[in-house]
Amino acid sequence: MDVEAAKMIGAGIAALPLAGAGIGLGMIFSSFLTGAFRNPSAAAGNQQTLLLGFALTEFTGLLAFVVAIIILFVV
Amino acid sequence: MTAALATLAGPMEQFEILDIIHLDLAGMNISFTNASLWMLISVVAVSVFMFAATNRAQMVPGKMQSAGEALYQFIADMLRDACGSEGMKFFPYIFTLFMFIFSCNLLGLWPTIPGSPHALHTFTPTSHIIVTFALAMVTITILLVYGFYKNGLGFLKLFVPSGVPWWLLWLIPLIEIVSFVSRPISLAIRLFANMLAGHMILKIFAGFITALLAAGPMVGWLAIFPFLGNIAIFLLELLVAFLQAYVFAILSSVYLNDALHPSH
Repeated sequence: MDVEAAKMIGAGIAALPLAGAGIGLGMIFSSFLTGAFRNPSAAAGNQQTLLLGFALTEFTGLLAFVVAIIILFVV
Repeated sequence: MTAALATLAGPMEQFEILDIIHLDLAGMNISFTNASLWMLISVVAVSVFMFAATNRAQMVPGKMQSAGEALYQFIADMLRDACGSEGMKFFPYIFTLFMFIFSCNLLGLWPTIPGSPHALHTFTPTSHIIVTFALAMVTITILLVYGFYKNGLGFLKLFVPSGVPWWLLWLIPLIEIVSFVSRPISLAIRLFANMLAGHMILKIFAGFITALLAAGPMVGWLAIFPFLGNIAIFLLELLVAFLQAYVFAILSSVYLNDALHPSH
């Protein structure tokens, strides 16, 4: 196989973990909303934890993105 | 025509670092580049904004003053939540960090003046990993220096959580050290990859617009869809510019909390 073609396929495969990051982000916000609607008075105090969890989960997807970029442009 | 457009539309071109004033010092390249220019612009913008906000402060704040006070209050509350009241000694650092990253992200979203030379195009310093990694290492250096200064060797309790059973004492410190070492890397990659991805998507959609317009009147009207998409992504990027600066500041203050209270 041509190296260029193999690179493209590899970058595509490296972008697959984004699905997992998407599911994880959806779960974070859905469980926050479930909790927030049950006890709206406690929601304001947990915004910081929500954003922290969002950032840590998003990082997994970003690692996949960085790997794809490295395959395409650096290697 | 199409070939010229294709070369113009490269999404990676915006991240090129170009010399504005070429300088050499004993064989090292210390040129004043477009990255330096945009970091300087964002520092000047933050300074001007804060001077304007605090100049002639009044009991009933004006527009500028209330904007400055809202930002100050926002970061102060966040730091107090994360570190407690003794964490306020880090406030100057955290506030500087937040304002610098926020203005770098925001100024990088300004449209380029059409026809300006390539070195003067709009540039986002935070889309380069060396910039974000340097900022992350400043946080980790403050954490290490202040942690050892305040707690002495008791700072090493950070790697041995209390209540670990004795037969796990060989494994837990190992895991804690790996997680500690990955902190600056994850801080740096998060900010850099967010900025890189956002700006690439903006330029790729802009490339769709020019390609569709160049394809002739039959399909040219379709360019309205990537254009609307670009507007939506731009609004999202405004949110991301703020959110990533906030996340960087919040994680820095959570990490600095370890220097104040190492045993967890």
